Amino acid sequence: MPSLSSLHFKNRLFYVLLAAGGLVALAGLYAVHMMESHGHIISGMNNQIVWGIPHVFAIFLIVAASGVLNVASIGSVFGKAIYKARAPLASLLSIAMLAGGLTVLMLDLGRPDRIIVAATNYNLTSVFAWNVVLYSGMFSLVVLYLWTMMEQRMNPWNKPAGLAVFAWRFILTTGTGLIFAFLTARQAYGSAVLPPMFIVLSFAWGLAVFHVVQANIYAWNEKQLDPAIMNRKKNLLGVFVIGSLYMVAVYHLTNLYFSHRVGFEHFILRDGGIYTNLFWWGYVLLGNLVPLALIYLPGLGKGKCVMLASLLVIFGAFALLYVFIIGGQAYPLDIFPGYEVHSSFGDGQIASYTPSIYEFLLGFGGLAIAFIITTVSVRVLNFMPQDKAYIAD
Amino acid sequence: MSNADIQRRNFLKTTLGAAAVAIAPGMLLFEAAQAKSDGADSKVRWGMLIDTALCKEGCNDCVNACSRENGWKNNNLPTDPQWMRKINIKDISSGREISLPMMCQHCAHPPCVDVCPTAASFKRADGIVLVDKHRCIGCRYCMMACPYKARSFVHEPLHDQNPDVPRGKGTVESCTLCVHRIDQGQQPACTEACTNQAILFGNLNDPESAIAKKILSVASVQVRADLQLNPGIRYQGL
Repeated sequence: MPSLSSLHFKNRLFYVLLAAGGLVALAGLYAVHMMESHGHIISGMNNQIVWGIPHVFAIFLIVAASGVLNVASIGSVFGKAIYKARAPLASLLSIAMLAGGLTVLMLDLGRPDRIIVAATNYNLTSVFAWNVVLYSGMFSLVVLYLWTMMEQRMNPWNKPAGLAVFAWRFILTTGTGLIFAFLTARQAYGSAVLPPMFIVLSFAWGLAVFHVVQANIYAWNEKQLDPAIMNRKKNLLGVFVIGSLYMVAVYHLTNLYFSHRVGFEHFILRDGGIYTNLFWWGYVLLGNLVPLALIYLPGLGKGKCVMLASLLVIFGAFALLYVFIIGGQAYPLDIFPGYEVHSSFGDGQIASYTPSIYEFLLGFGGLAIAFIITTVSVRVLNFMPQDKAYIAD
Repeated sequence: MSNADIQRRNFLKTTLGAAAVAIAPGMLLFEAAQAKSDGADSKVRWGMLIDTALCKEGCNDCVNACSRENGWKNNNLPTDPQWMRKINIKDISSGREISLPMMCQHCAHPPCVDVCPTAASFKRADGIVLVDKHRCIGCRYCMMACPYKARSFVHEPLHDQNPDVPRGKGTVESCTLCVHRIDQGQQPACTEACTNQAILFGNLNDPESAIAKKILSVASVQVRADLQLNPGIRYQGL
């Protein structure tokens, strides 16, 4: 039982955390205001790198929002008790990250004031327009799913709602991958591997976020996570990390096989400076190999190691998305295959990109929104996983 | 008939007359507006044939004319719009060098139109690909999808715009084929400005047009023809 003084301390800490999150979100809004009044000229984005740091943050949040629901699906769809106990928290995180990611995406628009146009003028052939439906559908379904879990009278509907969420999030992450898969003219994108790659990446990123949040909630409530449960979940993270590394390897290896994409692959894997470094050191080593060592090496794999592994997986996610989104645009479009090309518009040149502070403020603003939603919800409602005595199933 | 009746009749006549006079100009304007909204002719497909042999390296007359006509300025910053640009290309195997103008290729199957979430990117019946500046939300997906890097995003507030060519901060824009000139029976500004006569503009669907006849008689190609987008701009000597 926590003492009275510790309760007072936690009470104050809660408001401090809330204020900190609020300040970061406000800083994000300030960045939006600045970009609204000055235009995107104050961002680092340009006519060559049209999507920048805000998109890295937004896509991380949206992909992780889908992946974190894996915890819920294993519980509701496959009936595993320890995951079922965590389904409410996973659903909450999904809603929070989706809200954060979509906010960033919307506020980075050139005309965010016209966002309603996306609903009133709908282009059926646009995967962006499909995503408008997929994202709003996801919100509604996850809220419904939470309702079936938290309201006893709705419990009988839990399984069908869980199934619907399970199917929907696969389609949603497919939609996110398709944003890039449909860009046929660009060497970096236009690959059918991308939707499944994003789905597997979402598993690893979502579970990593879940681990970090769960560890904090247990610490806050001064409870210990059953080591057997921790063991199972860290093994799952390990499998997901291996799976995502495999998908990324397949994507690059298939590109290397097509001679018209070899130049792009050499750029990312060998000659690309920041992109090459971020890929090998940031994504492969820190984002995959070190977490795998922390999980599987004998003597490691305990609470702190899993926490560190999860944080590194999240770091690796940002590194990979930076390489994928910005590196993919930095490499010039091959408008005239077989020719050397020069122009005043950067044709044939590697585009340069220096992200501005406003882009980071907007990105962190999105993270702050996810943080605020999670922190407030965890305090006012019961999202603490309630484990029965653990029995392997 | 009583005096009151006559007065009432006169009052009604005057009122009706005044109402007719008041409404008539509006009705005429309505007629005029109706007549204007005939829209583009789907029997026409506007296009260009660019002869790279006549296009001189270092000559920027077409680009400058486009800039003047449409009111965009390029100060060589990566954030500056370039509706049209000159590209110098060199065949890696043979060393042959060519200079050519590059802009929106006005594809028959434009990827920018496919990906635009709000249908702000659209293709007119006569094949001209445009952006509705009132609908564009500035997501820049079309810029990602365009194989020709033909589109620019307006990064800064705009001043002193050309009333014929509305533009907007936070929206995407590209070559309109000088649609405002075409609709008045004129040629695009770049075509008119090219002193080397390298740009031939016309209706690709009209067998009697100069462009259709020339395409029949000389070898010309579409850039990135492998993507099967069927651009309206063709290049000779590439």
